[in-house]
Amino acid sequence: MKLTLKIWRQKNAKAKGDFVTYQMDDVSPEMAFLEMLDALNKRLVEEDKEPVAFDHDCREGICGSCGMYINGHPHGPLPGLTTCHLSMRHFRDGDVIWIEPWRAKPFPVIRDLIVDRSAFDKIQVAGGFVSVNTGSAPEANSNLIRKHDSDAAFDSAICIGCGACVAACKNASAMLFVSAKISQFALLPQGRVEAVDRVRAMVAKMDEAGFGNCSNTGACEAECPKHIKLANIARLNREYFKAY
Amino acid sequence: MGKLVSKIPEGPLAQKWTRYKASVKLVNPANKKKIEIIVVGTGLSGAGAASALGELGYSVKNFCYQDSPRRAHSVAAQGGINAAKNYQNDGDSTFRLFYDMIKGGDYRAREANVYRAAEVSNQVIDHFTALGVPFARDYGGTLDTRSFGGVQVSRTFYAKGQTGQQCLLGAYSSLNRQIKKGNVKMFPRREMLELVLINGKARGIITRNLITGAIERHSAHAVVLATGGYGTIYYLSTLAVNSNASAAWKAHKKGAFFANPSFVQIHPTSIPQLNEYQSKLTLMSESLRNDGRIWVPKQKGDKRPANEIPEEERDYYLERRYPTFGNLVPRDVASRAAKERCDAGYGVGETGLAVNLDFRDAIKKQGKKVIEGKYGNLFEMYEHITGINPYEEPMRIYPAGHYTMGGLWVDYELMTTVPGLYSIGESNFSDHGANRLGASSLMQASGDGYFILPNTINNYLADEIRTPAISTDSPEFEEAEKDARERINRLMSVKGRKSALSFHKRLGKIMWDHAGMSRNEEGLNTALKLVRELEEEFWKEINIPGSADELNMELEKAGRVADYFELAELLITDALNRRESCGAHFREEFQTPDGEAKRNDEEFAYVAAWEYAGKGNPHILHREELKFEEVEMKVRSYK
Repeated sequence: MKLTLKIWRQKNAKAKGDFVTYQMDDVSPEMAFLEMLDALNKRLVEEDKEPVAFDHDCREGICGSCGMYINGHPHGPLPGLTTCHLSMRHFRDGDVIWIEPWRAKPFPVIRDLIVDRSAFDKIQVAGGFVSVNTGSAPEANSNLIRKHDSDAAFDSAICIGCGACVAACKNASAMLFVSAKISQFALLPQGRVEAVDRVRAMVAKMDEAGFGNCSNTGACEAECPKHIKLANIARLNREYFKAY
Repeated sequence: MGKLVSKIPEGPLAQKWTRYKASVKLVNPANKKKIEIIVVGTGLSGAGAASALGELGYSVKNFCYQDSPRRAHSVAAQGGINAAKNYQNDGDSTFRLFYDMIKGGDYRAREANVYRAAEVSNQVIDHFTALGVPFARDYGGTLDTRSFGGVQVSRTFYAKGQTGQQCLLGAYSSLNRQIKKGNVKMFPRREMLELVLINGKARGIITRNLITGAIERHSAHAVVLATGGYGTIYYLSTLAVNSNASAAWKAHKKGAFFANPSFVQIHPTSIPQLNEYQSKLTLMSESLRNDGRIWVPKQKGDKRPANEIPEEERDYYLERRYPTFGNLVPRDVASRAAKERCDAGYGVGETGLAVNLDFRDAIKKQGKKVIEGKYGNLFEMYEHITGINPYEEPMRIYPAGHYTMGGLWVDYELMTTVPGLYSIGESNFSDHGANRLGASSLMQASGDGYFILPNTINNYLADEIRTPAISTDSPEFEEAEKDARERINRLMSVKGRKSALSFHKRLGKIMWDHAGMSRNEEGLNTALKLVRELEEEFWKEINIPGSADELNMELEKAGRVADYFELAELLITDALNRRESCGAHFREEFQTPDGEAKRNDEEFAYVAAWEYAGKGNPHILHREELKFEEVEMKVRSYK
């Protein structure tokens, strides 16, 4: 396939960025999206030009490193996929592909397609844990947990922290991300003890980092590569109201 | 550097760890605060160690190359984590888990370490459960388990096919709690470039800030490497593409012996390579072998779609060759069996380098819903990548580089041959012998980090309580920083025309072809020559655009590949030295008439620990003889 790539290039956080056009003449439909960018970067290095910087690591959809806006969607046009799992067979010969970084004030651009997502870590540091020291845990089966609750906690716990929800939201809200962790612990007895302190601390940190309120549009759920549900945000709100 | 002292405690195997803990030196809480510890890596072992050491009151500095500690590659482990809980009443015990690991490792691991790993496994499960890790449960609310390869009990705890992710996020949460308390300071996006020794002791590291390019000095009373394995030496592997061995290799060059580098696990069930641009091979969890049946056509070169091949024309070769364990033979055995069938011309798919993993019978028997409950996310991932629906057609799988049993040599206390330098998790060599059993990696990494190191490190630090904070202004730090800068300048100034990626690919192909699933003397010698030639070409032809004083991913890649050339040479040297077949190390010259690995216990029942002797000089071999007091060395059979 022949493709035209319009890629956001930005030298650093302070520099002004712009789209740069690259022609790709030999893209195989079997390539993964990031492998196509690898091929572009290989060419740029051979031409002694600076390659396009992007975050990526596991390339199997679980580490949450990769993330870019592709044709107006976080992680590209297909639902339920991270950028690394997007295959080029979903594109057609002659396509023009627009590639941008996450756009959100709390995620400043570091370079090209890389943004600073450390605000997410700060929210987790504020309260995303159960306070138990190594060695003081009770026997694992001494706490019986309903399978339904445990499975529901798992469905919230699978968030990969990629930031697509924030990028998709017109308010740059992190509520899907925060609610996934709040829900995981709200559904489990281990997390109940600290529920009040946790939700207060995490929401305060989320606000402090500059993330907006929920826009109620549901864009986050639609774009989440791990299908984290909006119901989590409802649970976050309930937990929050209970805490005051 | 003298003899290897493994420091195995006296006494019966089952009491060694208890006795050790009862007699080991301790550090008083008031002194802990003044002692600093560097932990490099935030996977299960690194985040576990940083959390547990922080809880004890030490001042911990934790480093990772990713933008967040939550992304370390433990996150990608799928199938599960073992523990000897015996919840199923199926005859499991600490001894049974220990025995399975010793046998699975083909009698090339240290008894005392393996027993201890089995011993702490139950505490690991208790701890993760308390941290809120949502392991799978039964309807009564108790934890569920499943079976993994090489064992006959059900001891693997799991969270669908994302057990590594859930355990790692548990460890990340405990790390966050210590960060909040101020006991751990986190340094993300840092790469370790040098280890700093002062008077022979590990006292710090030099890092590069991957965003600004700044070269930084960090000091501590002890340094812990939790930096994972070197599976990306094959370029294509199941690892994260940025996983690397550079930190361990730098430590090796400063005196830490490297043990059994040729022991590399090739995982039997990965999605095969689809095209020449491919950057990684995605694993399909071993747990799939609980319900999936592996087969190839009985007829050579049969190109019919799998579903059109009738039952009697299918060769379920694992069930045929190994009736006792069937599809659940250990990974090394399953990988070699797949290679054997494909090399003989029975492989499927366009390349012929794949075998079928078929769920037809399991779906028929248990229903689609049950199978979806167990493996839903894996099936979905397979379909995303290949475009094939595994509920309808068999998956196609092929072996891929996965886990490295070899690593930095450590004693019972997990200390390397450099005083004050520890190595935990996959980065050390200690618990898996020549082959790791499934679901024992998360177990070992968590055990090392949460429960073992936080006990053993006190024994060293108890003598350091009078050592004041280490200054980074010493000549040793000066020297180490200079070395790091010179190395970067050397890489930047080559100004050739080729990318680091192209060299990495070529290195990977050499290693896969000659030092992968099966090795022989001629091939290994060829590989040695090819690696040396490629290394020479690299230092003439590498190109790194941009500058070193900013974010520069090409510089990162080039540095890692440069280290891999040296490690590749040692891996090949070790494979040449070990003139036997054991576990994952299969030397074609040493096999039984029916193609099974033939060990040579007379000559090779030892750990090969290699000492660095300077660039261009041959490594020096040190042998740690393995003594088996509790188990008898037997021919490993899964037939």
